[in-house]
Amino acid sequence: MTTMTKKNYLRPLDIKHGRIDMGHGAGGRAAAQLIEELFVTALDNPYLRQGDDSASFAIPVGGRMVMATDGHVVSPLFFPGGDIGCLSVHGTINDVAMSGAQPLYLAASFIIEEGFPLNELKRIVDSMAAAAREAGVPVITGDTKVVERGKGDGVFISTTGVGVVAPGVDIAGVNARPGDVILLSGTIGDHGVAILSKRESLDFETTIESDTAALHTLVAAMLQADPGGVRVLRDPTRGGLATTLNEIAGQSGVGMVLEEAAIPVLPQVDAACELLGLDPLYIANEGKLIAICSPESADALLLAMRKHPLGGQAVRIGTVTEDPHHFVQMNTRFGGRRVVDWLSGEQLPRIC
Amino acid sequence: MKYIDEFRDGDIARKIAERLADEVQPGRNYSFMEFCGGHTHAISRYGIAELLPKNVRMVHGPGCPVCVLPIGRIDLAIQLALESNVIVCTYGDTMRVPASNGLSLVKAKARGGDIRMVYSAADALTIARQNPEREVVFFAIGFETTTPPTALAIRDAQRQGLKNFTVLSCHVLTPSAITHILESPEVRQYGTVPIDGFIGPAHVSITIGSGPYEHFAEEYRKPVVIAGFEPLDVMQAVLMLVRQVNEGRCEVENEFSRAVDRDGNFSAQALVSEVFELRTSFEWRGLGEVPYSALKIRPAFAEFDAERRFSLDYRPVADNKACECGAILRGVKKPTDCKIFGTVCTPENPVGSCMVSSEGACAAHYSYGRFRDIAIVAETA
Amino acid sequence: MCLAIPAKLVELLANEQAIVNLGGIRKEISVALVPGVAVGDYVIVHVGHAIGRIDPEEAERTLALFGEIAEFEAQQAEIAP
Repeated sequence: MTTMTKKNYLRPLDIKHGRIDMGHGAGGRAAAQLIEELFVTALDNPYLRQGDDSASFAIPVGGRMVMATDGHVVSPLFFPGGDIGCLSVHGTINDVAMSGAQPLYLAASFIIEEGFPLNELKRIVDSMAAAAREAGVPVITGDTKVVERGKGDGVFISTTGVGVVAPGVDIAGVNARPGDVILLSGTIGDHGVAILSKRESLDFETTIESDTAALHTLVAAMLQADPGGVRVLRDPTRGGLATTLNEIAGQSGVGMVLEEAAIPVLPQVDAACELLGLDPLYIANEGKLIAICSPESADALLLAMRKHPLGGQAVRIGTVTEDPHHFVQMNTRFGGRRVVDWLSGEQLPRIC
Repeated sequence: MKYIDEFRDGDIARKIAERLADEVQPGRNYSFMEFCGGHTHAISRYGIAELLPKNVRMVHGPGCPVCVLPIGRIDLAIQLALESNVIVCTYGDTMRVPASNGLSLVKAKARGGDIRMVYSAADALTIARQNPEREVVFFAIGFETTTPPTALAIRDAQRQGLKNFTVLSCHVLTPSAITHILESPEVRQYGTVPIDGFIGPAHVSITIGSGPYEHFAEEYRKPVVIAGFEPLDVMQAVLMLVRQVNEGRCEVENEFSRAVDRDGNFSAQALVSEVFELRTSFEWRGLGEVPYSALKIRPAFAEFDAERRFSLDYRPVADNKACECGAILRGVKKPTDCKIFGTVCTPENPVGSCMVSSEGACAAHYSYGRFRDIAIVAETA
Repeated sequence: MCLAIPAKLVELLANEQAIVNLGGIRKEISVALVPGVAVGDYVIVHVGHAIGRIDPEEAERTLALFGEIAEFEAQQAEIAP
């Protein structure tokens, strides 16, 4: 007769109805169970299964290491097209990829509010796991803390990523030169509008979804098409396209001139911005990149981008100029010219 | 988007610009005041100034309700939030206007004030319904376009028997402001601010109609062209004003005929008169005390008047000495004439209200136009 | 002077509310200030309220006025040697 030994005398987590309590952050049995049954089960990889507080990996030979980190405080946690989980994975992969690096590993730390429902936490972690798997970049180490009710907005996630840049690749914000071409991988404003549509006071119906996506394979395709031609890469997140371009103009000590008619904006994003008095140029994107390249490389890069699922609408939007004041200017659809300035304060919907 | 895109056609803009170049009399200067902040914003955003002939100058007027909101009024709203534990609801525009003690609504929020941005007056009502144990005050600003929605909210609050909802009314009136400018010494006596005509507000006129401007045309002999907000509307209105000036006419013309008629929106006007009455005088930032220029809540709706419920005591506060908002609002000075423009006073650290609202002359110039102040070195194709 | 935008009224609701469609975005607004408005009308929306209607004929007339300038130019071009 076989006997089945009771395993651990532990009752499984009640994912359906359970909530995070202070015990889950105390480092004791409850915490270990949470990590094992929820995090490790979802994120599942050899590093996490070892159960150590850190992960060890070999440093690739040649090239340089790249590291990037992000805090994620998006509200609401679940939005059309994504959630804080996949957003955090995509965001850090993208930061690493923007230096031309191949992302290798992620670390994730969670600060969870007491009372947060376990089923929502599972949804978030599962989403992270799916995003990481799809991108081929595992989360190899992490941490969990719990704060008292009222001291945290549900959950905050912080992710750090490391990657490696191949020798000879030099992509950085200081590299733009007058005459260079500015490319954009697709429509702007989608993510921000998707989030705004869920904010209580602004509640409007739209089919717009966040564009959150991992861009590293798009970057790889571009570098393969023209290894030396890309000078700058950046993803226009908070503050939008306008802010990103102003940053680069400042870093490189150049000016820019954009063509408004060339910048792709979905009609509903346009409409939402009209309604609220916002400008799509300043609205966050989470699955787009801008590339500044040498003029000779523009065509080859655009071709490579358009072949990639995330770059189908890639387009040339402007040129880099010589300008001691580092202005980003734009030729408007209307026929005039204006400056596209830094964002001031928060973009608040206007009445007038 | 219908009724929007057609009015932004660049080719037609060029045609109108050519027409303007043809019709302006050489050697003669034309100065038109665009009253509305919305027009100021459109002119900057679409780069219309570049398409106008050199001898046509646009003078920015005080038609930006945020810009003319005196510090003392914002202080009242901040006081309610910080001292009386009131939920203060306001439109996004007011949040960053600098008030006394280095505070603004957004800074008061950081200090713990329960200040919430709403898109509509009706949202403030909803908040009042959802929080019956708290007092909710709606900080109401705006010209005649924005007043009917506030009146509606007060009427609905009465119908719903709400006990915790009041309005702090800072609604102001357009014709009074225009009169005040026309009566100002710089315009009337000194002639230092020549104004040959006005571009009349678009959406205010939907509510009040084109009728009220006839007084200015007759009394002060100044042409008025009511214009829509799209860039083609503005350019066409400038053309119509140039024609009036050339032909010596002083009429009220309506370019925005697709939305404005002579009478305006009667339902809206009736609702506003039911709920509001004129204040004998009201302080406007930059213009000082202006008679019969603002609205307060009638005694019949007294229980929805925040000034009564909280016994609010308005105290005027002087502007920062270096701030030229007042002169800029009257069209006497340009943003670049202000010593602290772009140095001490920037959109990040606004000293005066003209820099806060995206329609304020200073903010518009800073964001869209300041590159013209500086010669741009050669650019590549 | 105040941000207001023309949108198409697509559905009337109870309590003087309605749904408008602007470029594919749908939003619920109040139509209490424009009695008698009907589905298919274009209304001007300001802070969550319809404050007026667009007159389609006047809109056409205004656009035609802009177009006149183009015609005038063409005529001038014909007359000139």
